[in-house]
Amino acid sequence: MSASTSSPTAPHSESHAHGGGHYTSLGLDNRKIAIWTFIGSECMLFASLISTYLIYKGRSPEGPFPHEAWTNPMTGQVFKPILNIPVTSGSTFVLLMSSLAMVLALAAVQNKGQPVKPGLWNKMLASSKLWLWATALLGITFLGCQAYEFTSFIHEGLTIRTNLFGSSFFTLTGFHGAHVTAGVLWLFTLLAIDYKRGLEPKDALLVDICALYWHFVDVVWIAIFTLVYLIQ
Amino acid sequence: MSNHAAAVGHASEDHHPTWSTYWKVALFLTIITVVEVWAYYIPSFVSSSYFVPSLLIMSGVKFYTVVAYYMHLKYDHKLFRALFSGPLAIAGLTLIGLLFLFSKLAIKIGLLS
Repeated sequence: MSASTSSPTAPHSESHAHGGGHYTSLGLDNRKIAIWTFIGSECMLFASLISTYLIYKGRSPEGPFPHEAWTNPMTGQVFKPILNIPVTSGSTFVLLMSSLAMVLALAAVQNKGQPVKPGLWNKMLASSKLWLWATALLGITFLGCQAYEFTSFIHEGLTIRTNLFGSSFFTLTGFHGAHVTAGVLWLFTLLAIDYKRGLEPKDALLVDICALYWHFVDVVWIAIFTLVYLIQ
Repeated sequence: MSNHAAAVGHASEDHHPTWSTYWKVALFLTIITVVEVWAYYIPSFVSSSYFVPSLLIMSGVKFYTVVAYYMHLKYDHKLFRALFSGPLAIAGLTLIGLLFLFSKLAIKIGLLS
């Protein structure tokens, strides 16, 4: 690995001085403290939503259910287990890969201005626009999978008003989807800055804060995927 | 920026993962996800008592890996670790407490009718 690729996250403490933020007495940028505090509060929000889902799990007197088939005693209609594990596994993989693209975007911004080794791959690694686009598009793909899942559930007879499972499931995954949407919009604002004036190493903190939010959305999905989709 | 700020900022942000680490982490996360989904499709394993703990452990490992390497909390200032792990601990305890309160055990011992 070349010198330009061996240190993707070169120290950017110097860049902070020009980033518009303020240092606390600890020498830490106030914006980074703010995003970590925000992420901490988001942990508690999602814990409450996951708790609600788990408490209501298995308490719905009427289906459709996540993992079991159900026959409506009034109409005789048979509902198959509603969760689509193959589609959700695919969207989970997409979100994990978006996190990889995000760290590569941050590394590209931090290393901008350093000499790039010849070769297409090294040029790709040095392109912040490429990785920001990749992250945003993977996020949009995840949202597309979620829209497909929600639509198919509604067609199969499960809405937010159908039963306790529907209410808690749509609330939890809907909140997560809203967070992913906010993250995609944030990525597009970074792309707009990158196209307008170019993201430089001094802007690394702007990308870092967005990256922290994006990875947090990813770790929340890691918990949701296991607790909601896989554990029966 | 003051010398103190520069020193602390440098100390907390100097040891970040390399590109190759990011790729290895992505591969590791993908392998764990594949194992999780594979386990889901083995009926004998799903019905065993090992299924839920093993999934929770794998999920926990993925969670830690993303937080430690992608969110570089492993290499960052301890204040950031405290800002994340403190609320996370509160969230975890709240989840466990609520599950206990609404569990069959709580009904059995008379805490809940």
